[in-house]
Amino acid sequence: MIAVIDYGAGNLFSVQNALNYLNLPNIVTNKADDLRKAERIILPGVGAFPDAMRMLGETGLIDVIKEEAEKKPLMGICLGMQMLFEKGFEFGETDGLGFIPGTVELMTPPDLAIPQIGWNKLEMNEKHKLMDGLDEDSYVYFVHSYMAVCDSKNVASYTDYGGKVPACVFSGNVCGCQFHPEKSGETGLRILRNFAEM
Amino acid sequence: MLAKRIIPCLDVRNGKVVKGVNFEGVKDVGDPVELAIQYNKQGADEIVFYDITASHEGRGVMLDVVRETAKQVFVPLCVGGGIATIDDFRDTLRAGADKVSINSQAVKNPKLISDAAEVFGSQCVVIGIDAKRNDKGGYSVFINGGRLDMNLDLGDWVKEIEERGAGEICLNSIDTDGVRGGFDIEMLNFVCSRVKIPVIASGGCGAINHFSEVFEKTNSSAALAASLFHFGELTVGEVKDYLKGKNIAVRGV
Repeated sequence: MIAVIDYGAGNLFSVQNALNYLNLPNIVTNKADDLRKAERIILPGVGAFPDAMRMLGETGLIDVIKEEAEKKPLMGICLGMQMLFEKGFEFGETDGLGFIPGTVELMTPPDLAIPQIGWNKLEMNEKHKLMDGLDEDSYVYFVHSYMAVCDSKNVASYTDYGGKVPACVFSGNVCGCQFHPEKSGETGLRILRNFAEM
Repeated sequence: MLAKRIIPCLDVRNGKVVKGVNFEGVKDVGDPVELAIQYNKQGADEIVFYDITASHEGRGVMLDVVRETAKQVFVPLCVGGGIATIDDFRDTLRAGADKVSINSQAVKNPKLISDAAEVFGSQCVVIGIDAKRNDKGGYSVFINGGRLDMNLDLGDWVKEIEERGAGEICLNSIDTDGVRGGFDIEMLNFVCSRVKIPVIASGGCGAINHFSEVFEKTNSSAALAASLFHFGELTVGEVKDYLKGKNIAVRGV
């Protein structure tokens, strides 16, 4: 069972639709017990970093998430990935969950539009289960203005948007995708299946 | 670098796909959910449902189409037609759309652009524009399916759209729409040179080389076509193979 954390931010149905399509049992939940019972946890997220951290805090789930992430795979998606880092700098400074060393900062690509919206290519970096079976020509769907700033050893793949942008990150049981695997066609479905096999 | 997107557009009336030629003479071509699944398999980078239903009941049918498609198709879905309020945006996004496209309503009430961008984020606000050459050497914006001239300058309008926080512009040239002689390169360059947000080319595509032409001669981020794909003249996959051969970056299937 995969628990998809419902804390009021983001369209959880897309993630759930994709998991259902892959026949992966799942539950959209804001209950601590469900997170404890689940084999895996997904932290989705759309919106702004401070609001999302505040809303997640209001669910009272942060301590449980931190405990469970020691024991089982946890994946953040988009803003959910950004929240895995130590700090975010969207509208001031906000503490993140601190699973992965690094910060989240505004992208400043010269001559390119912000947010990055569209299909971009994955460039493989450190080997990670999440990237299993993907070839050199794998495109995924991004929608974001902020990016992770972190050590290359925590990056499974980058994308190029006026410079290197971490696309998939990881540390221990925790991993995350800056893009939306649930909107990234066959490649995205493969990544979700990889996560379910982690 | 972002891949250039190929976007099939499905005009939907009462749950069925239709396509108008020059906005008139509509004819049924099938079930929207089935067509969306086909296009997804072919490698469509996004799918647009354009709701041409006028009735309230029809809107509910449209949302059912979106809901059903979102269970089986995992690329971004954009829905346009008849969206006039923030609540309409919310209902459409909740049904499973990733983007909402507005056209006439944006011209009548530009604040809807900024309100929607603030509540739901720029990424889901797409502004459709129907424009036509005027006798002053510029372009004018039309509404109501291209029937009503708003005496609004296209250059001013696209600037305002961007300032209000829209995520993308879908530019349909009334001059080339339905003619199948190619996208309106001039009009697209006029708009691309004025905004930084992505521009989707729409209207006029009738052959495979029109796709390469639009990406070679303009900075358009995406190309949208309807009848060409509906009637099986070309598949999205064929278009992408062709573009790859021309060294244009596209996502493989």
